[in-house]
Amino acid sequence: MSGLAVSHLSYSYGSREALRDVSFEVARGDFCALLGPNGAGKTTLFALLTRLFLPREGHIEIAGVDLAKEPRKALGRMGVIFQQPTLDLDLTVWRNLTYYAALHGISGRAATKQIEAALDRLGMRERASEKARNLNGGHRRRMEIARALIHRPSLLLLDEPTVGLDVATRMSITAHVHELCRDEGLTALWATHLVDEVMPHDALVILHRGRIIAKGRMDDITGEATLGDRFSELTQEEAAP
Amino acid sequence: MNAWLTAMAAIIAREALRFVTQRERFIAALVRPLVWLIVFAAGFRATLGLSIIPPYQTYITYEVYIVPGLCGMIQLFNGMQSSLSLVYDREMGSMRLLLTSPLPRWWLLFSKLVAGATISILQVYAFLAIAAATGILLPWSGYLLIFPALILSGLMLGALGLLLSSTIDRLENFAGIMNFVIFPMFFLSTALYPLWKMGESSPLLRDVCAVNPFTQAVELIRFALYGQLNFEALGWTVLALGVFFALAVRGYDPSRGLIRGKAGAGG
Repeated sequence: MSGLAVSHLSYSYGSREALRDVSFEVARGDFCALLGPNGAGKTTLFALLTRLFLPREGHIEIAGVDLAKEPRKALGRMGVIFQQPTLDLDLTVWRNLTYYAALHGISGRAATKQIEAALDRLGMRERASEKARNLNGGHRRRMEIARALIHRPSLLLLDEPTVGLDVATRMSITAHVHELCRDEGLTALWATHLVDEVMPHDALVILHRGRIIAKGRMDDITGEATLGDRFSELTQEEAAP
Repeated sequence: MNAWLTAMAAIIAREALRFVTQRERFIAALVRPLVWLIVFAAGFRATLGLSIIPPYQTYITYEVYIVPGLCGMIQLFNGMQSSLSLVYDREMGSMRLLLTSPLPRWWLLFSKLVAGATISILQVYAFLAIAAATGILLPWSGYLLIFPALILSGLMLGALGLLLSSTIDRLENFAGIMNFVIFPMFFLSTALYPLWKMGESSPLLRDVCAVNPFTQAVELIRFALYGQLNFEALGWTVLALGVFFALAVRGYDPSRGLIRGKAGAGG
C-alpha cells in the first residue's frame, strides 16, 4: 500500500486548465519533493489533496483510503502545513495546539500527551506558553509541523513550507522532515520551487504548467547533472514549441 | 466527550478567547446600541408617539420600545463581524485548518455559528445590564425568557453572515455588506418603529419590513421579554435560519471551489 496515490487528476478554473492528467505514487516512508516553478499547479494539487476542492476527474488515495469515498477517514490520516501560516498569533503555542487537537477530536489527557510528544520531537516544549506572535518565522513553522503531527498522521503534506525563511532555518526544517520519514515511517509530500531542498535519494515529481514532466528518484532524473540544471532543461524543453 | 462536541467546544472557546482579547471590539459592540438608546431615543421620544400594541399592555417609553431592536442590532453586527472574520480567516489560511478537520463540514460551520451566537448573547446581556443601570428596566422574568430567543436570533443572523462570507471573494468587498445588508435590514425592521407606524407612510415599506427576517427576530425577542411566544416570528426566524445555513453549507461545498480565484495564484 502506498502512502499517497494520485491517478489521472485534472482540474480547471473555468477555461483555464490548472492540472492535466496528473498521476504519481509516493511509497510509505518516502520523502517526495514536488518541484515546480510558480504557477505550475502545486497549490491546486494541494487544494485537491486536502479536499478544499473536489476533482472533476481523477482519483486520490491517502494511505490506502479513497479520499472521495471516505473523506473524513482520509483527512484524519493526513497532516497539512499550508503555504500561508495558519497559527492564531494572539493565542499561546499550547492553545494553538489544543485547538488543533480538538478539531481532530482529541481532548483531555490524550491531547496533552500527544501535544507534548509533538513538541518534544521538534524541541519546542519550552516555548509552549509563549504567544505565537513572539516566535520567529522558523519557530512558527516548526510549531506548525509539530501541530500537524499531533493526531499521528501517516502522510504529511507541506506546501512550500520554507517560504520566507533564511537558508539555515530552511535546511534545518528540511532535514527534520527527512528524519521524520526515515525514523517514523511518515510519508511526506513537500512542494517547493527550491532545488536545494531535494536530496539525491528523495522521490521527485516535477510539475510544470499543470503536467508532470518527470518523476522518479532524484538521482535517476538528474544523472550526472545538478538538479538545478536538469530542472531548467526540462522546463525549457516544455516551453519550446 | 465525543469528537464532534470536542471540536465544537474548542471552536467556541477560541472565538470567546479572541473576543476577550479584542477589547476594542467588545467596547464598540456596546457603545453602538448605547448611543442609540441614550442619544437617539432621547431625541426621538417626543416625535415618535407609540400606542399600546402587543406585547405591551400599557404605555411604554420609546427607550423601552427600542431595547429589543437594539439587542437584535448587537446580534446583527456580531453576525456580520463573524462573517468578516471568516473572510479574513479564509484569506489568511486558518479557514483551511478548520476545513481539513476530519469532521463533517456542516458541523464545523454550525460550530462556528454557535460560537458567534454565544459571543453575541454575552454582548446583549452586557448591554442590558448597562441599560438597567441607566434606569431602563425590563420585567425580571424577561431577562431569562429572552435567552432562548437570543439563541435563535443569534444563530439566524450568524447564518446570514456565514452565507455572505461564502459569497465574498475579498476582504475589500466587505464595505458593500454595510450598505446593502446591515443598514437596510436594520432600518426596514421593527427595531426603531412599529409596523403600523411604517404603514402610515408607506404600505409597501410596511410589507417589506414584515418579511424582513430581522423584523421577525426582533419581534421574537420583544415578545419573549414579556413572557410571550410570538409563533409567527418564531416560525419565520427558524425558516430563515434553515435557509441561510443550508445556502452557506452549499457555498462552502468543496465541489463548488471554496477558495476559487485564490488557489491558482499559488504555485
